[in-house]
Amino acid sequence: MSYRGRTIDLRRLLVGVFAALVAVLAIAAPTAAQDDGSTTVGGTLRVRNAESEDLLLEGVELTVTDADGNEIGVAVSDDKGEWELEVPGGGEYVITLGIDSLPAGVTLEEENGNVVTRTIEAGEKNGAVFRFVGEATTSISIQSVQLFVDGLKLGLIIAMCSIGLSLIYGTTGLVNFAHGEMVTFGATTAYLIHVIWHPGGFFGSLIVAALITFVLSAVAGGLFNEGVWKPLRHRGASLISALVVSIGFSILFRYIFQFFYGARTLFYTDYQLQEQISVFGLFGITPKDAILMLLSVLILVAVAYGLERTRAGKAMRAVADNRDLAESSGIDVENVIRGVWIVGSALAGLGGVFFGMTESIGWEMGFRILLLMFAGITLGGLGTAYGALLGSLIIGVFIQMSTLSIGPWPGMPPELKNVGALIVLVVILLVRPQGLLGKAERIG
Amino acid sequence: MDWGAILDNVLRGLIGESFIFIGLAAMGLNLHFGYTGLLNFGQAIFMAAGAYGLSMTVVTLSVEISWFPGSFWFGCFMGVIVFPLILALIMGVPTLRLRADYLAIVTIAVAEMFRLLARSPTFDRWTGSSDGLTGFADDFYALSPFESGNRYFFNLFIGNQMFVVIVGWITLALAALLTWLLIRSPWGRVIKAIREDEDAALSLGKNVWSYKMQALILGGIFGALGGMLRAIGTQSAQPDNFITDITFFAWVALILGGAGKVGGPIIGASLLYGVLNFSDVLLRQLIRNDYIPESVMEGTQVGQVRFMLIGLGLILLAAFRPQGIFGNKEEMALDDR
Repeated sequence: MSYRGRTIDLRRLLVGVFAALVAVLAIAAPTAAQDDGSTTVGGTLRVRNAESEDLLLEGVELTVTDADGNEIGVAVSDDKGEWELEVPGGGEYVITLGIDSLPAGVTLEEENGNVVTRTIEAGEKNGAVFRFVGEATTSISIQSVQLFVDGLKLGLIIAMCSIGLSLIYGTTGLVNFAHGEMVTFGATTAYLIHVIWHPGGFFGSLIVAALITFVLSAVAGGLFNEGVWKPLRHRGASLISALVVSIGFSILFRYIFQFFYGARTLFYTDYQLQEQISVFGLFGITPKDAILMLLSVLILVAVAYGLERTRAGKAMRAVADNRDLAESSGIDVENVIRGVWIVGSALAGLGGVFFGMTESIGWEMGFRILLLMFAGITLGGLGTAYGALLGSLIIGVFIQMSTLSIGPWPGMPPELKNVGALIVLVVILLVRPQGLLGKAERIG
Repeated sequence: MDWGAILDNVLRGLIGESFIFIGLAAMGLNLHFGYTGLLNFGQAIFMAAGAYGLSMTVVTLSVEISWFPGSFWFGCFMGVIVFPLILALIMGVPTLRLRADYLAIVTIAVAEMFRLLARSPTFDRWTGSSDGLTGFADDFYALSPFESGNRYFFNLFIGNQMFVVIVGWITLALAALLTWLLIRSPWGRVIKAIREDEDAALSLGKNVWSYKMQALILGGIFGALGGMLRAIGTQSAQPDNFITDITFFAWVALILGGAGKVGGPIIGASLLYGVLNFSDVLLRQLIRNDYIPESVMEGTQVGQVRFMLIGLGLILLAAFRPQGIFGNKEEMALDDR
């Protein structure tokens, strides 16, 4: 099949049934006086889908009868979902919505909700309300945009978390399995300050808690390096024993978190239940998520700038590239490694807060995210900072978009979203083990 | 304090079911890591393969697929051979040519992947999702010579448990014997050569990749045996019995007893469960008798302490005594490379 042929086919497939969850709305037009003194009843028929966009229902038939059952007239909603019908005067009227004329997938909230009895004020424009629920249709292209944006959000957070993992690997050769617990540390520390301790006022806000967490994560990362990894390096411990030590810490920390916070799913109290705003009718996003995405981009750009332009950043890249050469050219490698631990942990901690804000907080969140980070940095190229960034973004987008149902593909069930990322991890090692940006010699 | 209960629990730890399950898994890891140098962090899913190979064959596959045989013994074949073989290929093919840490990442990822698949309601028809599968072990217990109401072996085990434990001991002994024979064979010398220096083995014309794959499969089969016995012992196969952390129970057992020694995993698993059961029952007694106030710790948190001890054990062993309690540094230590 030619490329052109495929695109046309896709368009044909566009109108897929989208399982919208919330779908209330109709006409809430208040009664208002008419200029010409005529009496009308009417409104706008809309259904809101999961992306908070209003779909206007066109071609729906509405029959108006008076109290005695005599038909007054039939109105059909136009392409804006609007309908209006003039009635002889005030009194009780029955408005019946033709269910058969509703677009596929749209149903009424209540079984007999298509029949509305309304007392109509003479000389005014009267509104009538129908409540719709259930499934609404959205084109696949619109769904794709929404899922792409959701995926970018997830990818940005994974990227923030995984930069440290990748840089620690690059500079010390350690695959730090306890890095996921830095993410949990961040999310739970902010929870501790913001929800459990909750000092109130300025210091009780999540923003301040996030900033304190950022600093505490940096300190924790620095101490972790000084207390554990530096002594291990100095004793000449092999990479494999260091790897096993990191697994040990991962398990130890995880169950310490469970010990203190329990196995429940936790949420921050600020910025919950925000309404999604529609962006150009393309996708919906809560203001909180929009700001988080913007902040992540700024932070990642700052990290990239720091790596490219600052002395410390250049030293980090030099050590990651060739440790011996960097050391012989006068770079204090231990100092660089300390910096990588501090920066990487701070970013992971903040990433944890972001993840907690967009999804939820839990004792094993770090382990789940760790596997996504592995998928991201392996895809991008183990040990490279930009590889971690690129790979994480792709993984985030892939995870969300895999739920899209296209043609014969039914869409990944939500509980299996992460499985897709893990399959990518296995497949990338089969076809290009050095990752997208990695150098072939590193994997030997 | 009920010292009798403490003693009973410690004894059960030293020789009981958990010791057998984890001992077999650790024996598989010993083949992987101790002799071949492979970092398998997904042994829990090999255990799950044994459990699900059996239970799916008997309970779901034979019901959903008309030609599929559903006997207990065919289930054992699926659980011990077919499922672990498929898993080993999925884990090994992409990674065995790469450096050791890639295998570590992929095994842990594949383990989590299959656990999520087994948990998913999407495949409920095949795996029973998070409730798992039950009702596949009747044919096994029908063979039991023990009275189900009686207690045996210093009153430690009731009839059915006794049967599982005896079969487990025999399996452990046979697995140890097989390992002992294999390591003394030319095959064993090749895999040890791969562990010491992969390039040297390559230069002798050995197909290193193939040997590593064979070791991965065989070690996986040992793990699957452990998982299958566990499923039979609890009469259920459940995804959450095979979380990734279970892998590291086997790792602690392996390093504790000494990697690269035939008896290492057995001694390690026995000691590990002796210590874990001791800490469990001691903490519970201390809480029950109010030596530890509720504000510090509740009974439900004892299970978390168990996992913390595993983490701590891994850290301390890997950092300070990689050769294990009885091992010597020459034969095999975590520090080899």
